[in-house]
Amino acid sequence: MTDIVAEKQLPYADAVPGAVLDADESGIVVDRNRLVDFALYLRNQEGFDYLSSLQAVDYLGYKGRTVDDRFEIVYHLFNTKKGGDGIVMKVRLPENDPELPSMVLVWPGADLQEREAYDLFGIKFKGHPRLRRILLWEGFHGHPMRKDWKEAYFEADHKPFKSRWPEGHYRWSEDRAPWGDNVAYPQGWDPNAFVAPAPPTPKIHEPPLAPGQEHVASDRIVVNMGPQHPSTHGVFRMIVALDGETVVGLEPEVGYLHRNHEKIGERNTWLMNIPFTDRLDYLSSMSNNFGYVLAVEKLLGAKAVPPERAEYLRVIMAELTRIQNHVWAIGFFLNDMGAFYTPALYTIEERELILDLFEAASGSRMMCNYMRFGGVRRDVDDDWLKKARDIVFNRLPRKIDEFDRYLTESEILKERTIGVGHLSSEDAIATSMAGPMLRGSGVPYDVRKARPYSIYDRFDWDIVTDDGCDVYARYLVRLGEIRQSIRILKQALDQIPEGPIMNKKPAYAFKTPAGDAYAAVEGPKGELGYYIVSDGSDNPWRYHVRATSFINLNALEHMSIGYKVADVILILGAIDIILGEVDR
Amino acid sequence: MFGSGIIRGLGITLKRTITTFTDDMARVPTRYINSVDTPAGKILQQPPETKGLFTIQYPEEKRQLPEAFRFIPMLVYEEDTGKQRCTACGICSKVCPSQCIWIVRDQTKAGKPIPHPKEFFVDASTCMSCGLCAEFCPFDSIKMNHDYELAVYDRFPGLILDIEELSVPTSYYAALYPQAWKEEEEARRKKEEAKRARAQRAAEARARKAAAAKKSDAAPSQE
Repeated sequence: MTDIVAEKQLPYADAVPGAVLDADESGIVVDRNRLVDFALYLRNQEGFDYLSSLQAVDYLGYKGRTVDDRFEIVYHLFNTKKGGDGIVMKVRLPENDPELPSMVLVWPGADLQEREAYDLFGIKFKGHPRLRRILLWEGFHGHPMRKDWKEAYFEADHKPFKSRWPEGHYRWSEDRAPWGDNVAYPQGWDPNAFVAPAPPTPKIHEPPLAPGQEHVASDRIVVNMGPQHPSTHGVFRMIVALDGETVVGLEPEVGYLHRNHEKIGERNTWLMNIPFTDRLDYLSSMSNNFGYVLAVEKLLGAKAVPPERAEYLRVIMAELTRIQNHVWAIGFFLNDMGAFYTPALYTIEERELILDLFEAASGSRMMCNYMRFGGVRRDVDDDWLKKARDIVFNRLPRKIDEFDRYLTESEILKERTIGVGHLSSEDAIATSMAGPMLRGSGVPYDVRKARPYSIYDRFDWDIVTDDGCDVYARYLVRLGEIRQSIRILKQALDQIPEGPIMNKKPAYAFKTPAGDAYAAVEGPKGELGYYIVSDGSDNPWRYHVRATSFINLNALEHMSIGYKVADVILILGAIDIILGEVDR
Repeated sequence: MFGSGIIRGLGITLKRTITTFTDDMARVPTRYINSVDTPAGKILQQPPETKGLFTIQYPEEKRQLPEAFRFIPMLVYEEDTGKQRCTACGICSKVCPSQCIWIVRDQTKAGKPIPHPKEFFVDASTCMSCGLCAEFCPFDSIKMNHDYELAVYDRFPGLILDIEELSVPTSYYAALYPQAWKEEEEARRKKEEAKRARAQRAAEARARKAAAAKKSDAAPSQE
């Protein structure tokens, strides 16, 4: 080992001696004993202040890996001030001792992501304040993302299943006993003696007192909001500790929609994953497709560069997605405020028209399944472009001005939102906030500008920020982003060239070179990243989604402490989470 | 002014209501522009210039579906011969993300496979409507149906569609997909033409060869 280190010129060898064990173009491998020093060095000296994505990979049975480096934790770090490609940090862990120091104190945004890695892989993060399961329930046995874990009704490791053709006599999966070979009780487990684990209780934080305010001694109560609360945007549960009406503690409970998207992704072939990405954030399936195809195209390299027209179509679709997502977000934000459904229905008229465009182009309004590796699925005709131009040039700007006129200066909206849910820019970066959450705290960080992908560098547009750091600022940023999207769309619709939409005939099964790749797009809700590992076969070895909505929940408690219970609904509404993406 | 927000908000709703009513007074309300009356009800276009009411009174009114619309797969058979286009090649079942397509390939008594599906199932309850099967079918056999009213009382076997339920004639497909039908028929016609031309060329070549052989056979006798 020492010989290799001496031979190879390792990065940061002078700054933090002994921390870096190995380095190649895919990332640097860090010693877990020096991880905290190295992370602090990267954050403080090198300016990598943003922990974008943290994920674990199980390399059991991967070529060239042994039990000594079975697990790998991969950190994707970025610099919010300079932008650029960022840095990939990897820590390798042995099978019998998967433990490493927690990064929560360096980047608080690691909180939920480390819990997810613990939940699904059984990696222990030393020093994490509440290392317990997050997507699965406390009584769950095993860690499902490990390669040796099999789900109920397990049929084969990889699709396509052999039972479907040529002797595909239909078998109803419910007829197969779920308690057959697929499910094993843990050794010595007795169902009768099982006691369900206690539900989590929120930690109590004392709210700051205003100058001259006296603390009112009152009994603290714990209120359970959700999972079926009408204002929780889906099956999302918040356990709120209240002192009077003031929030003093909050615990988000997620996972009610959990289906282990990533395990399904490992069973699928590369192509099959595209329709599955639609189901993540089901309001913006085009952006989800976009991120995934970019990641796979990165692995495929020069073979899968999309033609010009396809690039334009991708950008047009992604920006239309942003507009329809934001009008939905604004509409339902008002819903959360108590303006039940009337404003929401007014705003989603625009969304309907955009969904009509999606339907005509891709065949489905919400589950678009539109992008392919090296292009898009269907070309659009002149009628489509004409209708899109009609909507983008004539209708949308007028309607957005209308919302602006009605809402932005509305007395009720301002009363309810200004100063609520404060999140400083430092905290927003530290807790890995993304999208309008980050820009609403005055941080001009947008993946489209920081690391331009596709053809975003050709368009003339601005990052929208607001220094308000509150719920009102997030609303203003969303409104501003719709205007910028219209700007991009106008240019794209003017410039779109004629030509092919796929670089070659699409294949349904193909191999990708072994290796890993991370690609992120600026989805409507923020940085939406895909980390994929390939072992050179038809199926992904690992498929991870940096789910924006999930990571944006990091700061929910921080933003809610000290505000009234009615404001919590508003603060949650302003994050604009989609539970399909949170729970995956 | 205190309360101005509420008054403004009420004003917006009032304005909407009035717009809807005045729009309904017109001979053709904006939301009915280019709509088609059918015995089953109105089919609406939902044009961008719609004023006032935007909702569609389903099921009396329905939206016009674009050609690209996809819901559940269907199997196209040739109307004149009654022959399934499907050759049981299995690509659709291999590409299906939810693995909801089950095919039994037909075979002779000796066990030799015949390119024809003996049984063909689509589990409509797990189908994701992604359309990958139709996209990768090399025989233009599996296509996406536009019929989205599939409610049944039982999931099993109500939503397990067999080959009878899935099969539609070519005329049904042509009516749903006029553009694609035209293109595919054009491609098929060109292919046929090329094949015919090739066959003709081959026949001509054979004839020439035969003639040449005859000539060379005949030549010695002439000498």
